[in-house]
Amino acid sequence: MESNLSDYKTEVHNDWCPGCGDFGIVNAIQMALAEMEIPRHKAAIFSGIGCSGKTSHFVNVYGIHTLHGRVLTFAQGAKLANPEMTVVAAGGDGDGLGIGAGHFVAAGRRNVDMTYIIFNNGVYGLTKGQASPTLKLGLQTKSLPEPNVNQAVNPIALAVASGFTFVARGYAYDVRQLKDLIIAAVKHRGLAFLDVLQQCPTYNDINTRDWFAGMDNIDEMTKKPRPRIYKLEDTHFDPVVHIDSPDEENEKLTQALIKSNEWVPNYLENPPATQQISYKGKSITDISRILDSLQV
Amino acid sequence: MDEVPPLDDLFKERLVKYLTSKNKPLTIQGMLDAAKERGVQLYPVSFKTILSNLADETQNPKLRGMFRMLNVLAVSVSLGLLGLPPDTLLKSVENIFSRKPQIAEMNKHAANYAYNFATAKYAKYKYQLLLTPKEPDTIMVQGFQSTGLGKIASGCRFQSYYPITPASDESVFLESNETFEVENNRPGSTMVVQTEDEISAIGMVIGATLTGTRAATSTSGPGFSLMAEALGWAGINEVPIVVTLYQRSGPSTGLPTRHGQDDLQFAIHAGHGDFPRIVYASGDIEEGFYDTAKCFNYAENFQLPVIHMMDKFIASTVATVKRFDPKKITIERGKLLEKIDTQDYKRFAPSPDGLSPRSRLGLENGIFWNTGDESDEYGHISEDPGNRITMMDKRASKLDLALKTMPKEDQAANFGVSEFCVVSWGSTKGPILDAIEMLKKEGLAVGFVQIKLLQPFPTDYLKSLLKGTKTIIDIEANQSGQLGSLLNEHLDHKVDYYILKYTGRSMTCTEIYDSLKKILQNKAEKKQVLTYGV
Repeated sequence: MESNLSDYKTEVHNDWCPGCGDFGIVNAIQMALAEMEIPRHKAAIFSGIGCSGKTSHFVNVYGIHTLHGRVLTFAQGAKLANPEMTVVAAGGDGDGLGIGAGHFVAAGRRNVDMTYIIFNNGVYGLTKGQASPTLKLGLQTKSLPEPNVNQAVNPIALAVASGFTFVARGYAYDVRQLKDLIIAAVKHRGLAFLDVLQQCPTYNDINTRDWFAGMDNIDEMTKKPRPRIYKLEDTHFDPVVHIDSPDEENEKLTQALIKSNEWVPNYLENPPATQQISYKGKSITDISRILDSLQV
Repeated sequence: MDEVPPLDDLFKERLVKYLTSKNKPLTIQGMLDAAKERGVQLYPVSFKTILSNLADETQNPKLRGMFRMLNVLAVSVSLGLLGLPPDTLLKSVENIFSRKPQIAEMNKHAANYAYNFATAKYAKYKYQLLLTPKEPDTIMVQGFQSTGLGKIASGCRFQSYYPITPASDESVFLESNETFEVENNRPGSTMVVQTEDEISAIGMVIGATLTGTRAATSTSGPGFSLMAEALGWAGINEVPIVVTLYQRSGPSTGLPTRHGQDDLQFAIHAGHGDFPRIVYASGDIEEGFYDTAKCFNYAENFQLPVIHMMDKFIASTVATVKRFDPKKITIERGKLLEKIDTQDYKRFAPSPDGLSPRSRLGLENGIFWNTGDESDEYGHISEDPGNRITMMDKRASKLDLALKTMPKEDQAANFGVSEFCVVSWGSTKGPILDAIEMLKKEGLAVGFVQIKLLQPFPTDYLKSLLKGTKTIIDIEANQSGQLGSLLNEHLDHKVDYYILKYTGRSMTCTEIYDSLKKILQNKAEKKQVLTYGV
């Protein structure tokens, strides 16, 4: 089945500010879903609260716009109950690293197979520009009465420390690479984290597109800007964690069926969402073994 | 008194005052003497002598100092005194010391010795606990097991929770029984997830429910406080979640391991904004099982969050009850869709009964949007003022539908109505029924209505039940009379008397009996506070 990019777009009016990085991210999400040809009813975008929260309304798959800071909790519940779904959670830096930081760490430990994208612009855009947890100490973006008094959290370091098994960073204005990163994140079996840098054209007047591009930092020799953003892959960095292969010479391998136990819960083959629970309005669950154990 | 193991300072103070007033020394002997004066019969047993006799008899001098065996001796003497056979004790000794047969033998010997000692010495003891014949199909359960079993039987396949007393016992029970059989010897399983907090617990329940799974969480007051925001999200998005709320005494940490019924008004109002929910309360362990199944049906039939009220008293009570019968429960999934043919599915499409056909994540043609914002029929954000009225009214109308369609006996249990009538809810049921029985033996009639459906409030049914009643007596385990406030809000006949208890201890039938009797004799204050156990 050929998937068209347009199939993954809704006709919902978009009220993000012109120049917002969110446009690039939502485009990359739609492109990634189309390229992977994921059937629309097999994908769900969960989003938090903030400008980025509206992302789920712009993608024509199941779209669950949740609560501030809680996107990961809703998304994990759905993925655990129905592992057939491709689940992408999206939210802002304040949503995920401020009010939702506890869930960020806990989700990393849990390593559920889904993707989490943080739209990182250093400010709370929807509430008119307060400092977010990723704004650097001492910066004074235009809404701040005083320079930021808090250290910035490093989302990448926090993700690694929390146990995310795939950690990446993209740039909202490099949609093609971002699309590839999203595809890799979705294909990764485990929890994938994607930190996406962007500008907030309305409230972050410091970390702007020009700032990322280094327009304020011109090389005197070449007269070219020195960009603050670069591609790690250009440095021949190998992100894959290699585990030494076991010493097979000393291993004796048994060739036989050793154990078969179908009574172990298998949430991939028998997930909560597909278990039949009733027939003609009657329960088909047999609790007699448990009741027997309580019999006096 | 200082040698008495850790007693609450306030309790110690009270004890000292009491013993001093009775002219007794501040010693254990003083306490015993005071008890004796109050009519308590004392049967002194010297365990030291028993041990020393045992040592002589078995020619094992070590036994003389075996004070660790005091527990076994004391239990055994008590059994002998009460006329109960020692078999169960001997069996547990065998179980506990199954890997140390010698120690088991020694303890059993001691138990038998103490038992024979007691039966010989107190043969004429007048209080005997006689064994009653076993009834067939009886199980011994605790409240948390009843709701747990109810969840398994009614097809709840996902539960998330954060550890909290007393609610988490249920989740641990579910995890201990996570695999089970479904019809035709197929495996079924409940996914139980321990989360980082209660916010995550309810978020996961909502996420799981969106996939068409029956899902629930179980919590107590402090945890439920954290769930308030998400409860509203489930309300506005019509997600049928079930929250089992095992109440304990608040506010804040309150009396964390003790009983209370002080979350009724909170359960009805938790969360900001107007949204429909059902609040349903069970009165005992058996109800816990069957009501759990009903709560899932209410949730799915009316597409709203259901809060199932239980409490610490039910959670931790051990009772022998009739074996639960899963055949008695029905599974009603409301308008949950199996298949969608239209290309233009609208999750919140209008309908005469306010209920829209419900899709779930993963269903072809069933794509929908949810949002905490007000939304249009597809679930996309809409701030249109007309749409706002339509959607608010659509959601609210489900409560009228619930009241209209729910059988009366599920709304409130009528144990007989009379001129004097007790109205209560939850686990006060047992002691109230006992107290009424005590009064009946004296020829005094008191009626009792146990309200089970607390939101929406069954006003019409209660009005019809109570129309011949002259005196309404509200009994509940909280300080402000929370059910009383509800009755006063909805009924023309205001509550005449309150009987309240908020010590964290459960009510006894005798203190309810005493309070009711005062009311019948027209000697009662409007509000009586129960203090048994103080």
